[in-house]
Amino acid sequence: MSGIRLFLGHRLPKRHDILQTAFRFTSTLVLAEHTGDKLSPITLNAVNAASGLGEISVLVAGTDIMNIAEKVAKVEQVKRVFIADHEKLRHQLPEHVAKTVETLQKQYKFHYVVAGASTFGRDVIPRVAAQFDCAPVTDIIAIHSSNTFTRPTYAGNAICKVKSDAPIKFLTFRGTAFKPAKESGGDGKVEKAPEIDFSFDGVEFLSQELLKSELPDLQNAKVIVSGGRGVGSADNFKIIYELAGKLKAAVGASRAAVDAGYVSNELQVGQTGKVVAPELYIAIGISGAIQHTAGMKDSKIIVAINKDPDAPIFEIADIGLAADLHKAVPELINAL
Amino acid sequence: MTARCHDEQLPNRPLLTKAMRALVAVKRVIDYAIKIRVKPDRTGVIKENVQHSMNPFDEIALEEAVRLKEKQIVKEVIAVSLGPSKSQETLRTALAKGADRAIHVEVEEATAEKIEPLFVAKVLRRIAEAEKPDLIFLGKQAIDDDCGQTAQLLAGLLNWPQAMYASVVEQESDKTFIVTREVDGGRESIRIKTPAVISADLRLNEPRYATLPNIMKAKNKPLEKKKPSDYGIEVAQQTCILEVEEPPARKSGGFVEDVPSLVTKLKELGVV
Repeated sequence: MSGIRLFLGHRLPKRHDILQTAFRFTSTLVLAEHTGDKLSPITLNAVNAASGLGEISVLVAGTDIMNIAEKVAKVEQVKRVFIADHEKLRHQLPEHVAKTVETLQKQYKFHYVVAGASTFGRDVIPRVAAQFDCAPVTDIIAIHSSNTFTRPTYAGNAICKVKSDAPIKFLTFRGTAFKPAKESGGDGKVEKAPEIDFSFDGVEFLSQELLKSELPDLQNAKVIVSGGRGVGSADNFKIIYELAGKLKAAVGASRAAVDAGYVSNELQVGQTGKVVAPELYIAIGISGAIQHTAGMKDSKIIVAINKDPDAPIFEIADIGLAADLHKAVPELINAL
Repeated sequence: MTARCHDEQLPNRPLLTKAMRALVAVKRVIDYAIKIRVKPDRTGVIKENVQHSMNPFDEIALEEAVRLKEKQIVKEVIAVSLGPSKSQETLRTALAKGADRAIHVEVEEATAEKIEPLFVAKVLRRIAEAEKPDLIFLGKQAIDDDCGQTAQLLAGLLNWPQAMYASVVEQESDKTFIVTREVDGGRESIRIKTPAVISADLRLNEPRYATLPNIMKAKNKPLEKKKPSDYGIEVAQQTCILEVEEPPARKSGGFVEDVPSLVTKLKELGVV
């Protein structure tokens, strides 16, 4: 429960009453996200977000996933872990995962089917929801009651409170809006998911090319150093990496920097990239278009370095430095 | 014909036994450059007298379909939009950019406010059943409601493969495409069999501008008008908007003079 963030001063009046009463009668399926050998952290945020919505079962789909399932079983609040281990689930393609969830849902009739609002969750949740004629609610940042949620719209410029009358609630939670559940304290029962029909053959996994980095993962980093078009070139981005290395920070980028080819687009922060909320966000050479700020304005402290003192980024920055980044950033690296 | 023999034909495209048809769903939204304002009564955002345009991701989806047509992989591109009468402007833009014909599923302005992705997906399913496209292109999300659901819902309803957040779409054979997807940790490549649903990521292409002659020509292209009831679908709403608010405003903390004072301040705050 502690993970439900109070948003915008919305209190959750008597939330223990509302949610705890519901707790006894409702059941929630959380889709675990993992990379085969590691549980993705957003799963913990999703478990915590869902912990007020009923007794939690978690689905782990993939191949050779026993160790993941055992890990999930120890997460606080988790009561049951379903394992769906099948060759067809090796790469967790949404078509096959959705089929698995659908089969499970038909048998166990969960009231909520939820996941983190990552590529994985966004892929699967609506596809399953369609099978049950239910309208999903995606990218939730606050839970008010069993059927009322808050989500951002218009690149985070309008915060929308919605009530869902869907018979089954298919939801995705924005990871940065909820604290992660503790990885211990749970005592979930691990069991096999029912037999699933994997005859669908319209899709086939071919290959994957993942970005490798020594630096922390963008979405879980406490500090992020982000560069924009002002950085000037892919070569100049080295100073961004150098500063990030010094701060043990993740590197992010604005769309302008990605489009200009300075960095690959996995690093993009914004409405259509990643949404982050680190302790410290340092925006360097970023003007601060709404599409970018949508992805970082919930950061605790925002620092902006830009030579244009009128750049909109300064309107939201806690600390602004109007200076040439090519001088200021090396100076900053030396000073730290 | 063996698969191998077929592969050898690939460089000599187009050598297709069947020309494909593409359906593209486009949405009219408030232009991405506009700073939106929330209505004082908190029921929504102000849309009157605000510049609207085609959802940027839908422009990319459309561009991809038109390029496939130019490569003679696709024979016909059909643009579809669901919304009030002004959505026709968006469809005319789609026609000017290379769609062959358009279908406008009209709903009243007031009803349009309540439309959710599930409803759009249901209408698109009926249109897909009638038009029998091989590929349906959509944007990965609309920049107004930011739902990012319609393509997945539609693929689910049709039980077709879904290739979401596509950054590269390449035909492999008569029946298959290779799609590169932008996923969280990087890129992923999948093979999909047609018919399939593809949603466009920003990286897929650079949409073209409609030229004046093409805008003129678009006026004569067919635009069919339909209502949801023509598809046997009634507007139903499962998600109701209770309240729309401005996000909490962040205050500017002001400027520091130089790098040393920046470092001092960061140390005071205990973040470095």
